[in-house]
Amino acid sequence: MKKNGVKMTASTAVVRIISYICVLFFSLMCLMPFLLMISASFSDEGIITREGFGLLPKGFSLAAYGWVFRYPKVILGSYGVTITMTVFGTILGLFLIAMTGYALQRQDFPFRNALSFFIYFTTLFSAGMAPTYIWVSRYLNLKGSYMAVFLQLLMTPWLIILMKNFARSVPYEITESGKMDGADDFKIFIMLILPMLKPALATVGLFLALGYWNEWYNSMLYLGSAVTYKPLQYYLYSIINTAAQLKSSMAGAAITITDLPSNTLKMATAVVATGPIIFLYPFVQRYFITGITIGAVKG
Amino acid sequence: MSLKATLKNQKVQASPHRKPIGRVIRDNRILMLMCLPAVLFFIIFFYCPLPGVYIAFTNYNFRDGIFGSPFVGFKNFEFLIKSGQLWALTRNTVLYNLAFILLGNVLQIILAIMVNEIRCSWFKKVSQTIMFLPYFISAVLIGVLAFNILNYDTGALNALIRSAGANPVKIYSMAGIWPFIIILCNIWQQTGYGSIVYFASICGIDSQIIEAAEVDGATSWQRIRYIILPSLKPTFIILMLFALGGIMKGNFGLFYNLIGPANSQLFPNTDIIETFVFRTMMNQNNFATSSAVGLYQSVFGFILVMFSNWVVRKIDPDYALF
Repeated sequence: MKKNGVKMTASTAVVRIISYICVLFFSLMCLMPFLLMISASFSDEGIITREGFGLLPKGFSLAAYGWVFRYPKVILGSYGVTITMTVFGTILGLFLIAMTGYALQRQDFPFRNALSFFIYFTTLFSAGMAPTYIWVSRYLNLKGSYMAVFLQLLMTPWLIILMKNFARSVPYEITESGKMDGADDFKIFIMLILPMLKPALATVGLFLALGYWNEWYNSMLYLGSAVTYKPLQYYLYSIINTAAQLKSSMAGAAITITDLPSNTLKMATAVVATGPIIFLYPFVQRYFITGITIGAVKG
Repeated sequence: MSLKATLKNQKVQASPHRKPIGRVIRDNRILMLMCLPAVLFFIIFFYCPLPGVYIAFTNYNFRDGIFGSPFVGFKNFEFLIKSGQLWALTRNTVLYNLAFILLGNVLQIILAIMVNEIRCSWFKKVSQTIMFLPYFISAVLIGVLAFNILNYDTGALNALIRSAGANPVKIYSMAGIWPFIIILCNIWQQTGYGSIVYFASICGIDSQIIEAAEVDGATSWQRIRYIILPSLKPTFIILMLFALGGIMKGNFGLFYNLIGPANSQLFPNTDIIETFVFRTMMNQNNFATSSAVGLYQSVFGFILVMFSNWVVRKIDPDYALF
């Protein structure tokens, strides 16, 4: 590839230069909101209310983080809930998805197409928000229970299809050799197939973990204020919205909440709620790339 | 092997469907059990709520429940059509999705081609990592990031405008500007990650073709124009068709977190089916209207997916979903 740099025509050089500039520009655009958020969280509330946020922290201050951890039980409790759900949800979901995905691609399994369609159909037609909400909260009685959040994120049709596509690449001879040794299908799956599915498990597991970590929607619908410790992203959501509410209700009465650095506090909470995933992300992103290239086009 | 067993084997192979169903079930009981948890999951969380679409035809109240509430036929739909709400919501949802799909795919292709032109490997790696990042944050955080830039009192944009000596703008009460902001946010979030599919198909082009073109003295631009772009066409068409099949489905998280639950002056320009369904249900407790809009969306969404899949099957059966 390096060789063609020797004799580069003017047109090639122009295309290259434009490419470098555009990619650099778009990368900076992607990064900027994060930098703004981080610098805002380290800014001094007084200067911020006068001048507004900027790319660099204005008057370096850790006060906002002090407020986030002022009642550490709340934020640490949220962390606890989210981490617990992410760990157990990912392990359980991954096991069930792998088991199903393997079974559904077995060419000697006569019900594979019927069951695949049964699962896939849920993406084609759904009852919609309101009937689902009534069913889960009223009939399954899960309103106010963490289970409403935990269970609904366990699997998606897309992840099962993704796993099925991965499992297809494991040669059938392996299943056959297990059968020769007299192992049943479950044993074959556990002993022979699972170890070969490691890249698939990493990819699907990361999508599951991300789903649990970023979860706010089911929490908003089913947990509301019924639980002491909200999942992390939902906690962030309520900080943002209650702080706004607080401000709008206070403005009318002409009272200033002197102590609460509400602007920087929101940003500090956002940094704390996002932090771990951003640090982890560069190390695991290659698995997400496999995910989209294998699962995107082919169903 | 005895003659009888051989004959039996031949018979089984010749007509595998003749096996009695009880036998088939017994032979595959373990594979079936392995699928059971997933099947139960989808029954409980997706199939069981289905009868609930009946709410759309009732005047639902909590006390009487789904099947005890008075039946009103198509009244809920009638009201939604007459008030013009259904049309406005459909228009917003479809137009936003069209913008996302067309603009998004074009930008993803451009980005993929540009990344492919980059020869400096660390620059490529770092820029790709950064460009994928927005895809992996929660919808809540996107709302926070936008608020951080756009709000009137402390937003970075208004800070810039103030420092230039101009008057700050109240972006959160300017309805007309929000379609652009929402489209921008969607592009910001999706372009990097979405370009991977195109990037992968560029990498899949036979390197001999590209080398041959280089020997013939083709410039970068000619390579892009005559080799890369044509090779991306099938991927582009298939992705477009599938995206068009989902054109009735909106990204609830993005819209809800950017606009917020109560900023009603923006709704004429920013309300999509999902946000309306959510609001009528949670804020007004109007489950009947909410279900009616949801059912309308599901039915038309279903027809569109079936249609787009039918078209894909015509073009290339290998890519059809079913």
